[in-house]
Amino acid sequence: MEDFEKAVRPVGFFPNLWLILWRMLIAVVVPGVGFFVMYIGFRFLRESAAPAAVIAVVAVIWGVGGVALLYFATNWVITQLGPAWRRRLQPFLFVGPAMVILGWYLVIPTLRSLFLSFFGPATKKFVGLANYVYVFSDRVMLTSFRNNLLWLVLGTGLSVLLGLIVALLAERSHLEKLSKALIFLPLAISFIGAGVIWKYVYAYKPLGESQIGILNAIVTAFGGQPVGWLTVRPWNTLFLIVILVWMQTGFAMVVLSAALRGVPTSIKEAARIDGATEFRVILSIIIPYVRGTIITVSTTILIITLKIWDIVYSMTSGLYGTEVLASQQYKQMFKFLNYGRGSAIAIILVVAVIPVMWYNLKTFMQQEVF
Amino acid sequence: MAAKEEKENKSVAVTIILLVLCLIWSLPTIGLLITSFRSRDDVNRTGWWTVVREANFTTDNYKQVLAGKNYTYVDAQGNTVTARTENLVRAFLNSVTVTIPAVVIPILIAAFAAYGFAWVDFPGRKIFFTIVVALLVVPLQIALIPILRDYMKLKLTGTFLAIWLAHTGFGLPLAIYLLFNYVSTIPRSILESAFIDGYTHFWIFIYLILPLSVPALASFAIFQFVWVWNDLLVAMVFLGTKQEVAVLTQRLLNMIGTRGQDWHLLTAGAFISIVLPLIIFFALQRFFVRGLLAGSVKG
Repeated sequence: MEDFEKAVRPVGFFPNLWLILWRMLIAVVVPGVGFFVMYIGFRFLRESAAPAAVIAVVAVIWGVGGVALLYFATNWVITQLGPAWRRRLQPFLFVGPAMVILGWYLVIPTLRSLFLSFFGPATKKFVGLANYVYVFSDRVMLTSFRNNLLWLVLGTGLSVLLGLIVALLAERSHLEKLSKALIFLPLAISFIGAGVIWKYVYAYKPLGESQIGILNAIVTAFGGQPVGWLTVRPWNTLFLIVILVWMQTGFAMVVLSAALRGVPTSIKEAARIDGATEFRVILSIIIPYVRGTIITVSTTILIITLKIWDIVYSMTSGLYGTEVLASQQYKQMFKFLNYGRGSAIAIILVVAVIPVMWYNLKTFMQQEVF
Repeated sequence: MAAKEEKENKSVAVTIILLVLCLIWSLPTIGLLITSFRSRDDVNRTGWWTVVREANFTTDNYKQVLAGKNYTYVDAQGNTVTARTENLVRAFLNSVTVTIPAVVIPILIAAFAAYGFAWVDFPGRKIFFTIVVALLVVPLQIALIPILRDYMKLKLTGTFLAIWLAHTGFGLPLAIYLLFNYVSTIPRSILESAFIDGYTHFWIFIYLILPLSVPALASFAIFQFVWVWNDLLVAMVFLGTKQEVAVLTQRLLNMIGTRGQDWHLLTAGAFISIVLPLIIFFALQRFFVRGLLAGSVKG
């Protein structure tokens, strides 16, 4: 690069003219060629009838290679522009793409959704607060709020409580590794996969037929009537929450286990020598010690639970009074094509996470990372 | 981390309680696995736990859901019906096609950004990073309608690019945050010696920072892999209902709708959709846990 500048500099009446022209040329041509090549790849992927495996390979190479190539090409262009411009532009080579994508996918959509929430279904008519009035007065919406609250309190509470219990038990058992792996395993399963697994657990056949769902088999074995677990209000929401607890307990357990290992043995031993029971040690020493972790885990599961959608959608489609906010939002968007109401519900979800966001920012400011 | 702490006293009673808990936890998954290897008639006649009495396994269910072969049965009215089962191979390939770039692209972009925030000085650095921290918990639901509208204008709906970019956008805040925490702890002296040798930021990043960050990159990669592979909502919204691009979770949802009582096929399909995350989970559990510990701030 510097060699090139030295070679170009003395030429002609305006010593820098060729250099400037050269820089302008590559600043336009290289990105242009880059985008053209990417576009051809895109057209191929969108319209090609090639076998799935071929498309998969081409798509992966095109997508991953394309992004890498854009970075290298941009760096090359910036380098050609000379030291002054390089200093000015280089930071944006690093953070620019991320900022553009975050702006497009999260920051601006928040403002756009807020805007849309004041308009009618197709964003043609300004309706003021009508969508919010609907959200806070419609009967199904009110059921969703109640259910979401149940999910948040019971789902999060039980996951964290069971996670803590398992973490404490595992430490004191002979099978720490195995038991942790088994409890942790459901976390790798998708909500929809878990949906199938639990739909089968809850499977219902009329009395007299052989029960193939394990829960009803147990109930009938003890002489009870088979239960349609997913259709009995209001308990069905609880049976859906069980699925979340089944999945998230492992998460709480793993994070809490790591925290438990940080509790100094000396304090625990001192209490035990003083005659404290194990229960007392856990309650008065260990739990206060890991309080911070319990809060972190709880907020994480709270946020997952707030957005819960897949479980409800796959198990009951929101029927039988199991609707939650996220499933209502999806329905408003794609079933009723009411973008105004859908956006209003999305805004409520964002408002609900603001306390957590504020807490995160406060913690971040205190760290003084910069 | 501090030196290894002394272990707690082990107790047999606690071990037994824990075993019972583990059994309860595992039963649903065991039921799925066993049912997926039983014949249609067996599944409808008896519960999966009866295999302890009469073990009778078949791989037909997997052949059916993978190859999508024709099969005939007699319906309630006595008519013989020929139907074709789902072919999940295509969906599996689509899931792979969606997932790999949706993991690699955000990692690449986030690694660049993390380096920029940690080591390159520029105006607005702190404000931009504060925005990243704020975005950590923003629910992705907020973006569905606006982005869908953009995609419709750009004719992007139903393309892989659409879903890669969406997963990139939704995964970036956590990726940047995690990688920043890692990259910013690399000793300054390493970078300074590279500067003295005349390397620019770009090449320091490529040659020095990326290789040094492999553990952090791997942790996030596994986290993002499981998240994207298991995602249903983003796929439903941005890939739409086109069968050619549908991913496993979408096909599984379809199966619940169309063959909700065909447990032998449903369980086989579900198992196919969870097998890859399970393998990754068992093979790379250490990285997965590390990613999870670091990522326990995500929204």
